[in-house]
Amino acid sequence: MISMLRVVACGSVDDGKSTLIGRLLAGTGGATDDQLDYARRTRRGGSTIAAGAVDYSLLTDGLEAEHEQGITIDVAHRFLDLPSGRRVIIADAPGHEQYTRNMAVAASTADVAVLLVDATKGVREQTHRHLAICALMGVRAVIAVANKLDAVDYDQAVFEKLASEVLAAANGLDMAASVIPASAVQGDNVVEPSPNLPWYDGPTLLGALSEWEPAEGSRADDAGGYRLPVQYVIRADDFRGFAGTVIGAPVRRGDAVAVAGSGVASRIDRLIGPGGGDLDQAAPGTPVTVTLADDVDVRRGDLLTTPEALGDGLSPATAYSATLIWTAEEPLRHGRSYLMLAGPRTVPATVTAVRGRMEVVSGKRLAARTLGLNDIGTVELATDTPLCLDGYQECRDTGSFLLVDRVSKETVAAGMVRHALRRGRNVVRQTFTVDRDARQELKGQRAKVLWLTGLPGSGKSTIANALERRLHAMGLHTYVLDGDNVRSGLNRDLGFTPGDRAENVRRVAELTRILLDAGLIVIVALVSPFRTDRAAARSLFPPGDFAEVWVDTPPEVCASRDPKGLYAQAKAGRLPNMTGLGQAYEPPEHPDLVVDGSGSPDEVAEKLAGLLQG
Amino acid sequence: MAGEDVLDMLEAEAIHVLREVAGAFRRPVLLYSIGKDSSVLLHLAMKAFAPGRMPFPVVHVDTGWKFREMIAFRDETAERLGLDLRVHTNPEGATPFTHGAHEYTRIMKTVTLRRALDDGGFDAAIGGARRDEERSRAKERIFSLREPGHRWEPRSQRPEFWWRANTELAEGQTMRVFPLSNWTELDVWRYIKREDIPVVPLYFTAPRPVVERNGSLIMVDDERLPLEPGEEPRLRHVRFRTLGCYPLSAAVESKAATVDEVIDEMRRDRRSERAGRLIDGEGGTSIESKKSEGYF
Repeated sequence: MISMLRVVACGSVDDGKSTLIGRLLAGTGGATDDQLDYARRTRRGGSTIAAGAVDYSLLTDGLEAEHEQGITIDVAHRFLDLPSGRRVIIADAPGHEQYTRNMAVAASTADVAVLLVDATKGVREQTHRHLAICALMGVRAVIAVANKLDAVDYDQAVFEKLASEVLAAANGLDMAASVIPASAVQGDNVVEPSPNLPWYDGPTLLGALSEWEPAEGSRADDAGGYRLPVQYVIRADDFRGFAGTVIGAPVRRGDAVAVAGSGVASRIDRLIGPGGGDLDQAAPGTPVTVTLADDVDVRRGDLLTTPEALGDGLSPATAYSATLIWTAEEPLRHGRSYLMLAGPRTVPATVTAVRGRMEVVSGKRLAARTLGLNDIGTVELATDTPLCLDGYQECRDTGSFLLVDRVSKETVAAGMVRHALRRGRNVVRQTFTVDRDARQELKGQRAKVLWLTGLPGSGKSTIANALERRLHAMGLHTYVLDGDNVRSGLNRDLGFTPGDRAENVRRVAELTRILLDAGLIVIVALVSPFRTDRAAARSLFPPGDFAEVWVDTPPEVCASRDPKGLYAQAKAGRLPNMTGLGQAYEPPEHPDLVVDGSGSPDEVAEKLAGLLQG
Repeated sequence: MAGEDVLDMLEAEAIHVLREVAGAFRRPVLLYSIGKDSSVLLHLAMKAFAPGRMPFPVVHVDTGWKFREMIAFRDETAERLGLDLRVHTNPEGATPFTHGAHEYTRIMKTVTLRRALDDGGFDAAIGGARRDEERSRAKERIFSLREPGHRWEPRSQRPEFWWRANTELAEGQTMRVFPLSNWTELDVWRYIKREDIPVVPLYFTAPRPVVERNGSLIMVDDERLPLEPGEEPRLRHVRFRTLGCYPLSAAVESKAATVDEVIDEMRRDRRSERAGRLIDGEGGTSIESKKSEGYF
């Protein structure tokens, strides 16, 4: 018997979900006397519940905003203790259509879905939507409640028709399903069996929650061999142990270990449970600390697993096909670098292709170039460093990840791995004896990057030219990467959409990294209008090697100079993506230096040369 | 009553969260309120990092009006566990009598807490709040984001998919973390019993001097409590379900003198835990408004 059952409750605002959950709480002793008093005394506008009776929906409402609007806007967690000793955690997901995100959150940890269907309305689009999201998140069983049967005179024919539609929809998504006729308001079949439904001999909802067990082999977290993502390295005197929670399969003392990524092999020497006691074996879900038989370099973010798993599905890869649920207002930007949080590991990742958007209700895949808020789509992702991820269908915990915006740090997407695309083992980084230190020593200088960002016409190229002349005269080895010049060669396949701009910045940043490694002082003159793209560029370099310089020239000065005639063309409507006009320029929040490009380029160059000394 | 292995699962989840905080944040801190939930939290933090030490300091915001037994227990606990304990008190010295309960709480608890977090440069603060304590807490995240100035914005909370927290912070943002989110009050007491965790004796019944005020039993813990005309402290057998500032914590008459008896009593008593917190009483939504200001 599973002792803790996680349930996602789905249904719309009007299906009577709050009342249903309130009844479950009250029926299992989970509502206190003062809460029941409150629900007896209080009435919301439009309520038809008799004076002095309990309005069960009031036991579960939480935030002020909801009371005002009369709807649930977020995910709430309720606990039921069943007579059998089982704990049920109900994640109450909102039914409002625009909140796909919250519904997916609530389903992401659930074993089973409780789906409310209003018997007076039948199966509707949102019923399909809820089922589809649950299936996508790996919920493989549904207990459906045909609610408000009192309003159709407890008519068996109405129920049978509804039940067959729900079963067909669930089975079409590979979900096991059962349907219970009920009335939450009247209390029929929620906690107690109902005399109003003599034709039904199945369980009540409470009974179904008590009896539910996962079908053999249907747990979403079955995987071959244990996985132990290292959360924290515990050090004490001579002790060095790796702490994390066991995933997938049990781990035993003496088990063989491979460190995913490096592939280094060892053996589990000590297996330590919470509190420090030694264990022979630990089941999935147990927080453990392990020590290894060999002195192996292991850090937070490393994954310990069996050598077999590593050779099989888990080998390191730098490209993945994945399903994303987009959770941010700002749409997905192709080519933009995001932070990918996979287990305790955080790596930069780029969406390299959008393969399509899923129409949730029909399950159809539609063509798409981007994803917006609440969209679900299939994409390809490339990571800077190889990762070892499972497919989500094999293992929820090691097959899922978050994408996070580099600047706002907002969660922009939840991701589920479909499969690896490119195994990273074919690309092994070579180390050469002559390195950057050797090269810059020979040149008698310290390599550095000056990244000039600003509006078109702000004077970036002119300043770069003046600066390079000056440094060259001082005997320093330099190179200027100029936006227009790079676009005429290396980046000539790119345009000026935000996605292409992101890729433009990424390639220039990678090229800059090579030139820096060659020991050069690199001056980049690039509009680079978006903060996140610049943040991604900066992240490629060690702190201190990269200086961001904002060439902050008043826009009217830039427009009046117009050295390339861009402003004139934009004015005539021929350049819709012109930075500062059609597209925004996001000024740096913490530049290393701000210079005004309306004055003398030589004076600015002198300031910049000073920055290099520092 | 939930089975024994439910406690194992709750313990596992809390330890997982504590380790994640230690690994992902630059400078975490544990907020210690001396109550039963804090005692459980400390115990879990010791277990999570054994045989190593708990890798963060402990902060207590002392309003100056805590029960004397709480302060004694705090200092014993710090000594027994070898804690790096930092106590913060607001020198403004507001009292519940001169400022009213809400304003007093804002000055002595909320503002002091914000200062303590800012002064320490802490980017994550671990607290013992539980979702079953109060209705608005049911929607709280395990990892709850605070905007600059410690503001809690219900609308900007991050979605919590799987067991996976987005622990990245933008400038000025901080995180509050609640490893006991999924515990009930009864879970806490059963865990205290199972693990033999020491708690403040005020949770167990004893003859204590109390006065009855607006239907609540207030303990006269020292001579600072202004007595109203006709009020005469009388010894009654009382205990506390939640502990805070003594003039704002209502006692309940009880015969429960041991952990077992407390558990028994709780299974019979059908009143909310926070019913004894006088500061929560100002409207059904006041915890939420206090949270928006930075209260825990």
